[in-house]
Amino acid sequence: MKLRLLLARPEVKRLVSCLVGVALIELMTGPSGSSTSPTAGISGSYAERFSFFGLFQTVRCVTFLFVALVIFGLWTLWLTWGRRWRGALTSASVAGAVSPVDVGRGRTMLVGFARAIVKFRTMTRLRQVRMVFLLALLAFATVLPHIETDPFWQAAMVEQIEVFVLLALGLNVVVGFAGLLDLGFVAFYAIGAYTTAWVTGALPTAAPFGIHLNPFFAIPIAIAIVMVAGVVLGAPTLRLRGDYLAIVTLGFGEIITIFANNLYGITGGSEGTNQIPHFSIHLGPINYAWGLGPVPYYYLTLVFVVLFIVAFSLLEHSRVGRAWTAIREDEVAAESIGINPLKYKVMAFAIGAASAGFAGVMTAGQTFFVNPSSFVLPVSILILVLVIFGGMGSIAGVVLGAIVIQGVTLYLIHSAPGWYQSSDQLIYIGALLVVMMIFRPAGLLPSRRRKREIGMAEAGEGHMDELLTGDTP
Amino acid sequence: MGAFGHYLTSHFATLRLEFWGLLVGGLATGFIYGMVAIGYTLVYGVLRLINFAHSEIFMCGGFASYFVMKAIVGTSVPSGFASIGLITLGVVAGAAGGAIAATALERVAYRPLRRRNAPKLAYLISAIGASYFMYNLAGKEFGRYNIAMPQLYLNHPVFSIFGAPVELYYLVILIAGLIMLIGLDRLVATTKLGRSIRAVAQDAETASLMGVNIDRTIALTFILGGALGGAAGFLFGLGSGVVYTMGFTPALKAFTAAVLGGIGNLRGAVLGGLLLGLAESFSVAFVQAAYIDVVAFGILVLVLLVRPTGILGERLGRSA
Repeated sequence: MKLRLLLARPEVKRLVSCLVGVALIELMTGPSGSSTSPTAGISGSYAERFSFFGLFQTVRCVTFLFVALVIFGLWTLWLTWGRRWRGALTSASVAGAVSPVDVGRGRTMLVGFARAIVKFRTMTRLRQVRMVFLLALLAFATVLPHIETDPFWQAAMVEQIEVFVLLALGLNVVVGFAGLLDLGFVAFYAIGAYTTAWVTGALPTAAPFGIHLNPFFAIPIAIAIVMVAGVVLGAPTLRLRGDYLAIVTLGFGEIITIFANNLYGITGGSEGTNQIPHFSIHLGPINYAWGLGPVPYYYLTLVFVVLFIVAFSLLEHSRVGRAWTAIREDEVAAESIGINPLKYKVMAFAIGAASAGFAGVMTAGQTFFVNPSSFVLPVSILILVLVIFGGMGSIAGVVLGAIVIQGVTLYLIHSAPGWYQSSDQLIYIGALLVVMMIFRPAGLLPSRRRKREIGMAEAGEGHMDELLTGDTP
Repeated sequence: MGAFGHYLTSHFATLRLEFWGLLVGGLATGFIYGMVAIGYTLVYGVLRLINFAHSEIFMCGGFASYFVMKAIVGTSVPSGFASIGLITLGVVAGAAGGAIAATALERVAYRPLRRRNAPKLAYLISAIGASYFMYNLAGKEFGRYNIAMPQLYLNHPVFSIFGAPVELYYLVILIAGLIMLIGLDRLVATTKLGRSIRAVAQDAETASLMGVNIDRTIALTFILGGALGGAAGFLFGLGSGVVYTMGFTPALKAFTAAVLGGIGNLRGAVLGGLLLGLAESFSVAFVQAAYIDVVAFGILVLVLLVRPTGILGERLGRSA
């Protein structure tokens, strides 16, 4: 009984969670086991020798125990000092200035810092400041391929970052704007890519009317087909409760992969195709072909990324976007003022799918191959992580989330530190999801509205998402 | 009609020839689905959410029993009472592994959110994260290849019904599954724990006013569901071996089964599991093996669209 009381104390709980967390980190970063010696990874994770920043040699568990204690100490400090810091920040933003009551001795610097942050936050709300900032970012994105000339990064910027920014933007419409959890989003990406392969005549099945089109023409066709697929999937299933919807969409993603893998005559089976032609323009005197190098594709995709960002942010504040917000926050109330929830949910599915379809075209056109292994469930989850990590509902957030997560992953793959294998990526992704949900559910750069909704839902008001609808026992 | 009629007659002929064999196989699969589905249904009852990480509880049960069996069983294949003892031990080890995994999951991925009264989307995402974390970590530690469970008995046809031999493996699943499912049914229907689970499922707030400790009940519900799922993981691993991804497909099927029977309804989960197992088994006669999963998803979508409350209906907090 005494032990139980001891374990219930908050600081003991904190210590235990630090220890457990660090023990898991040891496993994640430790050596891998194998089927023949399944315990080698576990024992190695704790007993292997470890050099602590080159300072001294020790075994891993001792070093990590030390790290756990440091984290525990910082956490405790944050709980005592962080509250004051946040208090200073709030009072600074509420009053526009810090009241003298808050200014204790020795805390002037803290307050000054809080003031600076608040000032920055207020400034970024100004339209002009934001425009300048965004244009600067765009200019930076334009010159980026000339700054970073490493071929690994140049290819990665298109295939892994821009394409995933597009995918995250699309899923953000579904999850962030409309509050529907779609776990099979990769299906639309796959449909976009396979449509490109189809209309360019790269698949075993004949292209429509026997005409082999340039991938440029695949863009409208793929987007149209993907949007139709969104409607076809959405119209029957979006009546379902949110958690069922998640499972059905997951099943849809799996079915698409199964078909892509097994319909040899149509999709080329598990090998897919590698015959997709490159993009090219033949307009009178203008003749330009996108070749093998990634940089021209980078610019082509960048144009569309900007277009999609602009379109989606206009959409967010349009009548449709407001309808999504209304449905998300309270479906019954929305319905009572004349919003047809099903119609707007289907729209969200179709519109979100569009950018995924376009991402599919880009991937197919640039890498000139398509096969089912790029369209599996973990990719759907990865896209979800990009949205959640960045901040669902916030366009700047999801773009940042995609760039940060993909960038860090690529950096780890490229620099290949001893503790990271690329096959371990999903361990980190999974851990990140749980940690985000516990500590920062609104994401890195939260949408203000979404953050408030989460707060309201936690206080017992409103839905915040689709999952509570029709679910009162 | 000609070609399609021929297709049907030839496939029905296969079905008639192999009916009893497919029936036994389908029932055995169905029991495994049912045991996993119970986990979904129990958790759904008390928390009103789908435990997306249940597949990993199944996997943990499989691995836990594998390690115990590997430590005990030597190179020779045991027989007789030794086999029965080992299988019982395997079930217990699997159940323990599943229960531990479920408890850890509840503590780490669910309880902090429950404390905060977080929205449901947060639970779902946190569960998906936990699931990815667990199975990929298992892949890293135990290798990404299928490991065969040590042989606990010599698999052979025991008897035959209408010419179809019944293998010992199926018999093991049927007997072990039946004992556990009946045990769970009685536990929920008659014991104090069962009563508190039902009370929380009906109305958590009122239950807490009546003196039910909600946290404890939820933790025990996870343990119960986890134990059954883990034991199912052992029974599954006995036939197919253990691998880090082993949970995904069976758990998805089990979820389908839970919905098919009516989520929140314990007997419905078992009924759904059996029906789904049989449907899959018989569909082998009609479609290629690769499309069996498509059949299961098709059933799921159909059920959700036509009768989302399932065959027996959602009955949260009833004893049956």
